[in-house]
Amino acid sequence: MTPLDATETTPGKHLGEELGEELDRIRSEVIAARGADDACYIRTVIATQRGLEAGGRTALAVSLFPPAWAAGTAMLSIAKILENMELGHNILHGQWDWMGDPAIHSTTWEWDFLTPAEAWKHTHNHLHHTWTNVVDRDRDLGYVVFRMSADQRWRPRHLAQPLYNLVLAPFFEWGIALYDLEPDAVAAGRKTWRSFAADLSGFLSKATRQLAKDYVLFPLLAGPSALPCLLGNLTANTVRNLWTNTIIFCGHFPGDVQTFTEEHIEGETRGQWYLRQIQGSADIEGSPLFHILSGNLGHQIEHHAFPDLPSNRYAEIAPRVRELCEKYGIPYVTGPLWRQYGSTWGRILRFALPGR
Amino acid sequence: MPAVPALVRGLLTAVSWLTSPLTPDDYLGLVNPLLDARFPVGRVTAVSPETADVGTLTLRPGRGWSGHRAGQYLPVDVEVGGVWHWRTYSLTSVPGREDGLLTITVKAAPDGTVSPRLVHRTFPGAVLRLGPAQGEFVLPDQLPPRILMVTAGSGITPVMGMLRTLMSHRTPHPDVVLVHSAPRARDVVFRSELHMARRQVDWLDYYEHHSRQHGRLAPEDLGRLCPDWRERETWACGPAGLLDTVEDHWGHEGLAERLHVERFRLTPVLPPEPDAGPGYRVLFTRTGAESTADATTPLLVVGESAGAAMPYGCRRGVCFGCLTPLTYGRVRDLRTGEVQERTGQMIQTCVSAAAGPLALDA
Repeated sequence: MTPLDATETTPGKHLGEELGEELDRIRSEVIAARGADDACYIRTVIATQRGLEAGGRTALAVSLFPPAWAAGTAMLSIAKILENMELGHNILHGQWDWMGDPAIHSTTWEWDFLTPAEAWKHTHNHLHHTWTNVVDRDRDLGYVVFRMSADQRWRPRHLAQPLYNLVLAPFFEWGIALYDLEPDAVAAGRKTWRSFAADLSGFLSKATRQLAKDYVLFPLLAGPSALPCLLGNLTANTVRNLWTNTIIFCGHFPGDVQTFTEEHIEGETRGQWYLRQIQGSADIEGSPLFHILSGNLGHQIEHHAFPDLPSNRYAEIAPRVRELCEKYGIPYVTGPLWRQYGSTWGRILRFALPGR
Repeated sequence: MPAVPALVRGLLTAVSWLTSPLTPDDYLGLVNPLLDARFPVGRVTAVSPETADVGTLTLRPGRGWSGHRAGQYLPVDVEVGGVWHWRTYSLTSVPGREDGLLTITVKAAPDGTVSPRLVHRTFPGAVLRLGPAQGEFVLPDQLPPRILMVTAGSGITPVMGMLRTLMSHRTPHPDVVLVHSAPRARDVVFRSELHMARRQVDWLDYYEHHSRQHGRLAPEDLGRLCPDWRERETWACGPAGLLDTVEDHWGHEGLAERLHVERFRLTPVLPPEPDAGPGYRVLFTRTGAESTADATTPLLVVGESAGAAMPYGCRRGVCFGCLTPLTYGRVRDLRTGEVQERTGQMIQTCVSAAAGPLALDA
C-alpha cells in the first residue's frame, strides 16, 4: 500500500503520529507519578468492597426481616458491582501490577464472576483491546450474536437481536462465560477441541463454586431466612449483570462510534492504533461515585488508549485527551448515561435490519 | 504464632467455599494483617540501633510463619511509595523464642531504597510481609565439638543468631572461637553483647580485629588467633574479599569440606558478560535455553527464537498475556525507557528488552 492510498482510504491516518507522541507523553507522566496515594486508593476500594460484601451477607442471613433483606441485597449488589468493575476488570488489566503486590496482581486475582479470570483475560485484554472495533477481528463487536456495524453481514437472525439483548442483560455473566469459551472459534476451526475442553472444565469448576456459594451454601446458613437470602443473592447478581451489561455496551456502541475493516489496520502504527482506540470508544459522563461504580469505564476512551494505567487516574487525564481530540478534529463521543444507553439501543435496533 | 490446629484449618477450608473466589485469609487480613496466612506478615514491635548504620527490628510474626533455624535469613517485603520490594536480612533471634518474637538485623546501605528506611524510618506498628526463612548456613543438629566462626562487617549477623542459640542451649556446649573484623571498634555490631558473652561463658573465645588499624583480616591472623583452626568446623560470613581469601586458604589445605560460607547478595549474581559482541546474555531458566539479546529486540522474540516456552498475547504491550517473572538482571521498557530490576517482578516480554545480562523464568 502506498502512502497516498493509505491517506485516501483512511482519512485521519496522518494524524496518528503527532497524536501518538502527545498521548505517549500523558502516559509517561502518569506512570512517573504513580505512588503511595494510588496504592492507598486501590486498598481502600478493596476494603470497602469486602466490608460491603460481609455486611450484605450478614444482613441476608436474617432477611426474613424485610429491612434486612433490602439493606443486605443493596449492599451485596454494590459489592458485586465494585468487585467486577473497579477491582476485577482493572486489576486483571494489569493496572496495579506496578505495585509488585502479589495480593493485587493480574496473574493472581480471581473475581466473583462465572467465567475464570484467565479465560476472560484472553478474550478481553488480548482480542478485544488489540483489535478494538475491527469487524471480524474484535468479537466484542456484537459478541458473535449482535450485528453492530454496516460492515457486518446481515442475517435473518439479526432481526431478533433486540430480544437477545433483553435476555442477555440480566444473564450477562452467563453470556460472557459462554462467549469466553469461544464455541464459534471451535466451529470455525480457529480453536482446537482439546483447548475447548480444557476451558470448559475450568469454567465448570469455577461456576460450581460460584453457584454453590450464592444459591446453596449461604441460603442454607440462613436457616429460616433461606428463601429470602437466595432471592437476595439472585437479585444482587441480576442487578450486577444489568449494570455491567449497560456500562459495557455503552462503551463501544453509542451512535457515532466508528468501526473498522481489516484493510484499515494494515500496517497500523502505534499512533494509528491510539486513534482507532479513541474513535472506537465512547465515554459516559457522571459523578465521581458513578465512575467508581462503573470501574471508571465511563472513561472508556481513556481506558482504551491506556488500558494499563490505574483507573483512578482516568478522570484527570480525560480533559487532556478530549482537548487533543478537539485540536486534531477527532470526534470524542461522550454523553450522560441515559443518552448513551438510548443511543446503544438505537444501534441494536438499526442494525437488526439489513443495510444501515 | 503456634501452628494452627487441624480443626481450625478444616474450618477455614469449609469457609473458603463462602469466601470464594477469595480465601478466608483475604478477609482475616483486613481485620488484622497478622491473621493472613496467605501472605504472612510480621508487625514491627521495636527498632533498636546497634551502630550508626545498623539496626535491629523486632517482629511479631503472624499466622503462616513457620519458624527458622539459627543462621538463616528472612525475606521481607517492604512497601516504599506504593511499590513492594523483597529483601533478605539475617535472623538474629533464637528460634522458637517463648515470646514468639523474632529479630532481623539490618545494615543501611547508603544509597539503598529499603534498608535505610528499615533502620532509620520504621516505627513500631509497621507491617512487613515475610517469606519463609531460607539458607543452608545453619548449625547442624549434631553439633561438632569445636567450632570456628570468621566474620567481618555485617557478616556477624547470622553468626550472632547462632551464638545466641548456642547460649540458650543446655550443656554440653561446643568450644567456639569467634574472630570478627570491623573497621573500628565503634563499627562492631553487638559489641557489648559479644564482650559480655566472652566474660560470662568459658566455652567462647572472642577476638575482635580492627582493620582500619591492622589491615584486612588475613589467614596468618586466623592461624595466630586460633592455632587449631584445622580441627574446627568453620562458619564464615562477610564481604566477598574475606570469603574468597578464606575459601582459598581452606581449599589449599584440603579442608574445604569443613568450611561453611554465607555470601550476602544485595542483588543476585549476574551471569558473566559475553566475551564479545553487542548483546547481553539471556537465560530462560525453565526451558534451559540461552541466547544473546540486543537492547532493542523484545525479549518475547528473543525467547521464541531460542526455543523457550514463552507466554504471549497481543505482542504490543496491551494485554499482559506475556507476563514472565524476571529471575535476575535488568530489562528496559521499550515504550518508556523505564528500567526494571526487581527480582521476581513480572515482565511484559513483548515490550521489554535486555538492559544487561538477565534470566527469565520461562
